This record gives sequence, structure tokens and C-alpha cells, in this order.
Amino acid sequence: MDLRFTPEEVAFRDAVRSFCRSEIPAEIRRKVSEGRGLTKDDIVASQRILNAKGWAVPHWPRAWGGQDWTPIQRYIYTEELLQAAVPLPQQFNCYMFGPVLATFGSEVQKERFLRRAANLDDWWCQGFSEPGAGSDLASLKTRAVRDGDHYVVDGQKTWTTLGQHADWIFCLVRTDPEAKKQRGISFLLIDMTSPGITVRPILTLEGRHEVNEVFFDSVRVPVENLVGEENRGWDYAKFLLANERTGIARIGLTKERITRIKRLAKEMPAGDGTMWDDPAFRTRVAEVEIELKALEITQMRVAARQGRADSVQPDPASSLLKIRGSQLQQAATELLVELAGPFALAAPERGAGANDPPGGFDWVDAAAPSYFNNRKVSIYGGSNEIQHNVIAKGVLGL
Amino acid sequence: MDFDFSEEQGLLRDSVTRALADAYPSLERRQARIAASLGFPEEGWRSLAELGLLGLPFAEDDGGFGGGPVETMIVMEAIGRTLAVEPYLASAVLGGTALRLGADATQRARFLPGVIDGSLRLTLAQTERQSRYDLHDVATTARRDGDGYLLDGQKCVVLNADAAGLLVVSARSAGERRDPHGIGLFLVPADAAGLSIQPYPTQDGGRAAEVSLSGVRIGADAVLGDPQNGLPLLARTVEHGIAALAAEAVGSMEALHALTVEYLKTRKQFGVPVGSFQALQHRAVDMMIALEQARSMALYAAMMVEAPDAAERAAALAAVKVQVNKACRLVGQEAVQLHGGIGMTLEYIGAHHFKRLAMIEYQFGDTPHHLRRVAEDGGLIAA
Ligand SMILES: Cc1cc2nc3c(=O)[nH]c(=O)nc-3n(C[C@H](O)[C@H](O)[C@H](O)COP(=O)(O)OP(=O)(O)OC[C@H]3O[C@@H](n4cnc5c(N)ncnc54)[C@H](O)[C@@H]3O)c2cc1C
Repeated sequence: MDLRFTPEEVAFRDAVRSFCRSEIPAEIRRKVSEGRGLTKDDIVASQRILNAKGWAVPHWPRAWGGQDWTPIQRYIYTEELLQAAVPLPQQFNCYMFGPVLATFGSEVQKERFLRRAANLDDWWCQGFSEPGAGSDLASLKTRAVRDGDHYVVDGQKTWTTLGQHADWIFCLVRTDPEAKKQRGISFLLIDMTSPGITVRPILTLEGRHEVNEVFFDSVRVPVENLVGEENRGWDYAKFLLANERTGIARIGLTKERITRIKRLAKEMPAGDGTMWDDPAFRTRVAEVEIELKALEITQMRVAARQGRADSVQPDPASSLLKIRGSQLQQAATELLVELAGPFALAAPERGAGANDPPGGFDWVDAAAPSYFNNRKVSIYGGSNEIQHNVIAKGVLGL
Repeated sequence: MDFDFSEEQGLLRDSVTRALADAYPSLERRQARIAASLGFPEEGWRSLAELGLLGLPFAEDDGGFGGGPVETMIVMEAIGRTLAVEPYLASAVLGGTALRLGADATQRARFLPGVIDGSLRLTLAQTERQSRYDLHDVATTARRDGDGYLLDGQKCVVLNADAAGLLVVSARSAGERRDPHGIGLFLVPADAAGLSIQPYPTQDGGRAAEVSLSGVRIGADAVLGDPQNGLPLLARTVEHGIAALAAEAVGSMEALHALTVEYLKTRKQFGVPVGSFQALQHRAVDMMIALEQARSMALYAAMMVEAPDAAERAAALAAVKVQVNKACRLVGQEAVQLHGGIGMTLEYIGAHHFKRLAMIEYQFGDTPHHLRRVAEDGGLIAA
């Protein structure tokens, strides 16, 4: 037993660290760090730099750009990106669509889509949730009816993250309305420029355009865009969601936030000194750090175990990582708002002529929006309540 | 002991509740009101005046209606329930309290008629870049100039400053930056030379501004009370602000909790209302417990805010803010979580309650600030 990284792992970490800091534009990393929105161009630019290095999709099969890294290396890589405030590779392309297609897609589909997905030449979005199908995803109603060489798709998806940028959407659609809920679902790839698709923005509570509703009105989709077998889509979706949940703890992200909070606390006046001189504030930061340290080790235990298991089954521990990881991401944003204090009230879209940020602190107006927005992390990707159910059933046998 | 409203108070509650429910029937209408240039419609302010709410806290001799903290609580609860954005807190509560407790007969005669009929709005300019929540931390200076003063300094996040005709400004006429002595409150007209106001929207649908004072000249008649010893008046003003915020928070939490319970009953997943899951039922119950605890503290605030003993009053209001802040966080976060994705959207009124409750936490002192004050004071129970 040795909880330290091996010399090779340390060397690997240093290589990723210096690459992130020297190659990814500082302006993009600053926006990530401050919790300000990224443009599509920012995300594409950053991913292409990673991809040129062979680092956009290291967890994919080697033939499609993967790296044969150990789970610990993958862990190190993700954490280093997060700590350097590098945008993670576009998650729908790299962590959802790519692995599903590489595992279940046809050779023709792989040839057609995978390289473009890795380079973000195509932007993919995820069409799973529907107004009536959230936690109970399998109750989805969007229908695909076979008509010659096409499926005709009718229905509605919602909460489609960054669907406004998307070229393609991978959807769960119902192809057999008679079968038991999970059985009649297929995994379909749909061109977002197809006639009959309408995208309507939903603004999240802090006012950003991050999610969308996507409506399908008799959208014709070539049968060749079906992934795997008809009516087996639920299996692929389960595989995908398991992929989504690993690495969802985002420990590096919270570390980066804490590092930043400490730096800002040293500049935030309070009493005769700064907020960092306030032992009570430092105590609250330390509490989060301690919980995070424990989670970091838990995360590595899970990663090491994954290295041994040859099954694609998700480790139920990933639910634990999701629950505690999301809570700590949220806790860090709460500390940031606390630090901003009375200035947190100021909203970002300050009027013209207002050249001075509130109190002269140029970051405070982004603190509350980041807190507001991070409420999502305990809702999406399987809500924390659902994760509790998974552990209660799957681990405790209750 | 009597927790019931008097007949007049009951009537007041009915009329305010009805008027605000009419003015804020939907989120769309609220957004339309916010879109007005000052962040609220002038006719909204006028209707508060017509209802007699702007004169509520003032003595009948001053042309007011002789209401007290319970009446203010009733109004603020209704404001919280509807998320009304008229600057009642800034003007009637904060500015109003400073004038009510600090103004001399001449100042009352000069300003109160306008305050009561709605033609003059007030605000309190107190927070500074370095002050956080410490009222005695004042860097803005008031230098003697003839029989008046020259004010210089910067005030931050001044609520509804762009709608105010008169600002109550804390400034230092003597002493060091954190000296409790040497602070005065000064009345500065919004159009005074050397005063500049940079307004912006706030996270919760309201408005605030950065206010800079550069050689603002005011006369002797603009001093509110004792220019050297104004801290007690400022503290009392902010105590009234805390009591008002507590009531607003209770109104908002009540509305948000009701929305959440309703949603749990109607939202179906897995073929059943999600409210049938015990995991969620218990969370809704914990929200209710937090709300009721906060409601008790809002009542306690109304009872204590006029208490004669300054130390006892200060400890009570600090305790109120702690309890209310904690409830704001729990109820707000849980409401969003129990709604799932819907709770995350700008189109849903619940999200706006969440944001307002989140911001109440950071107005006039966050939880650690007031917790420390209560603890340093030896707590609430005698040792
Ligand atoms: C910002 C954001 C981005 C998203 N992006 C995408 C995307 O790109 N693509 C996509 O397909 N989806 C996306 N989603 C949807 C997300 O996956 C769903 O919001 C999530 O699955 C929850 O579903 P729901 O919102 O319908 O809530 P509901 O399922 O209606 O849940 C309401 C409440 O009930 C609880 N609950 C439900 N069932 C149970 C149970 N059995 N036991 C206990 N509690 C329960 C939930 O935890 C929640 O608290 C996104 C959501 C958000 C908020």
C-alpha cells in the first residue's frame, strides 16, 4: 500500500500541468476560473489544442485517438485540467457520444463521426430528458416510427445543454411503444439542421443561455443513424450515464476554486486586516478542504479499482463521488459568495457609465451567479436523491 | 402574551396582500415592472402611498399613521411573498427610520410630508469598500466647512440610490476609521454638487448603486442628530432594516415552500407524485421547520426592535439575522433541489424567490458576522 504517486505518475502530472498552463490561452482559463461564460469559440479553441496533443479523448480506444492510460493517469489528467481552469473536453462529444459510438457503433459510423467529435468539428448535444421524463428517464415519449429508409421522429427533448451550438444531437427515442418501458428505446443520431427541428432557449436562473428545449416535428432521420440495435438504446444509455458519472466529483475544480478563494480572501479587506486574517473564515475554508482531501483519496481508490475490473459496469461508488463531489463544488461557491459579502448583491450587467466595479472588486458580481448556477450539479447527471437510491439499493441491498 | 393581530393590523394585512397580489400576479408582470427605468414603476410607488404604507411608521403628529414594527412586518411579509421591487426597504424602512429617530422638528417638517405622500424617496448610504458589515467602519469624511460640512468618500451597494431624492450618508467627523465615536449621519440631496451615482441591477431583481461623494457641501441643517455620535442612530436604523428583512424573508420562504409542496404533489415520475417519496417528504418538513423558526424570529424582531436597552436589542436582532439567514439558505436550496430542472430556470418564480433569499443573507450582516456578535456578547441565556 502506498498512497503516493509513483515517480512516473509524478512526471506525468508535471507534464500535464505545464502543458495546460503554457498552451491553453490564459484568457480562456481566466473566464473558467471566474465562472464567467465561455463562448463556443473558446471551447473549440481549447479542445483543438488538447486534441493536437492527443489529449482530447485519452480514454477512447487507441484506434480513435485514445491513450491507453491507466485509470490513475486519467484521474491525474482530469484533475490537472480542472486545477489549471482548462475547460474539460466538450463532455457530450468526449465522455458520452464518443465512448458509446466506439463501443456500440458500426465501423461506418465510427469512421464518419469519431475523429470529427474528438476535434469538435461536430458539436454534439444530449437529447435524453423530456418534460415528463427526468429522473424517470425510461418513461420518455419522443417517438421514432420507421418509414422506409428513415425514422420519422416526433416529440420534445428538454434541458439540452448548449444545444444552440450543436450540429448533432444523440437522442433516446421510443421505437416500440408496446414493449416494457426500457425495452422499446433506441439510440438515434440526428442532424440538428434537419427540417422539423426547433430549438428554444431556456435561461438558467442566473440568466445565461445554457440549456434548451428541442422540438421534433416529423423529422426524417436516415436509418443508418441508428446506433447498435433497435430497441437496445437503454443499454447504451446506461453505459453512457456510467461514463458521465465517473470523474463527476470534479475534485480539481473545487481545489481550483478554493485556491482562488484564498487568493481573493487575502485581498478582501475585513476589520483591521483581510478576510484571510479572520480565523472563522479560514476555519470554514479548512472544513471544505478536509472533506475534499477525503474525497480525493476515495476517488483514487475507485480509480485504482477500475484499473483492475474488466467489466464496463459502473462502480456504485461513482454515486458516492457524485453526491459528495457536487456538494463540495457547491460549498466552494457558497464560500465565494460569503467572501464577496455585501458586494455579492451587484449584478453582472452593470449599466453604461458604471466604470467602477462594486467596491472596486472586479470579481464580486460573478460570485452569486456562479453559486446560483452550481445548484444544477446536484440535479443533473442523475440527481443526488437518485444517487442515494442507487447506493441504498445497489450497495446496501435495501 | 398575545400573538394575534389587532383588528386594524388584520385589515392592513388584507389590504397590502391584496394590493401587492394584484400588482404582481405573475412573473411576467414582475419582470415588466423591473424593466421600468428606476427598476420599479412610479405608479407602483404611488399606490403604496395611497394605501398609506409610506406614512405607516411615522407619528400622527408628523402626518403619519402611527404604526410600529408589527405594521412594518406585515408590509414586508407581503413584499416578500410577492417579490415586490418597490424600494420600501430602502426608503420607508431605512431612510424612514433614520429620519423618524434622528430628525429634529425642522427636518421633520421639511422632509416627512414628501416621504409620506411618496414624492420624496430616501435611502441609506452606509457600506464602504472596506467596511463589510461593520457600521462603525467609516472612511468617508465629514469636514467642518463654515457652519456646514464637506463630505468625501465612496459608498457601495447603496439600495435604490438612483430612485432616491435624499440620501442618508454615514460619514466621519472625527476619529480613526474604525472608531465608534466620531460618526455622523448626514442628509444629502441626490442632486447635490459633487455627488455621483452609478446604478446597477442587483442579483435579485432590485437595484443598487456605487455612490461617490467628492467635496459635497451640506449645511448645518443637513446633520441628522449628533454629528459626532451618530453610531447609535445608524445601528438602530440597521436594526429596523434587519427586522424588515426578517419579515420579507418569511414572506418569501412561505411562498416558496408552498410552491414546493404543490410541486411535489403534482410532479409525477415513476408513475407517482414525487411527493410520495419519503426522502422528499422529510425535506419538505425540514423546510417548514426552518420557516416556522424564522417566523418566530421575525416576530421576536418586531418585539425587540424598539426595546430600550441597546445591548439587549442589538443581541436580539443579531440572533434574528442568524436564524433567518440559515432558513433562507436551507429553504432556498432545498426548493430548487426538490423542483429538479424547473427550479433552475429564470422562467420559474421559485428561482426568483431563491435568489432573493440568497441575497437577504448578505444584507446587513451574514451568518458568521451576527453569530460572532451574539457569541461575543455572551449569548442570549445568562451564564
Ligand atoms: C442545467 C441542467 C443541464 C442539463 N443538461 C441536460 C442535457 O444536456 N441533456 C439531457 O438529456 N438532460 C439534461 N438535464 C436534465 C437532468 O438530467 C434532469 O434535470 C434530471 O434528470 C432531473 O430530472 P427533472 O429535472 O425532471 O426532475 P424530477 O425527476 O422531476 O425530480 C424532481 C425532484 O424529485 C426527486 N426525485 C425524483 N425521483 C425520485 C425518487 N425515486 N426518489 C427520491 N427523489 C426523487 C429529484 O431528485 C428531484 O429532487 C439538465 C438539467 C439541468 C438542470
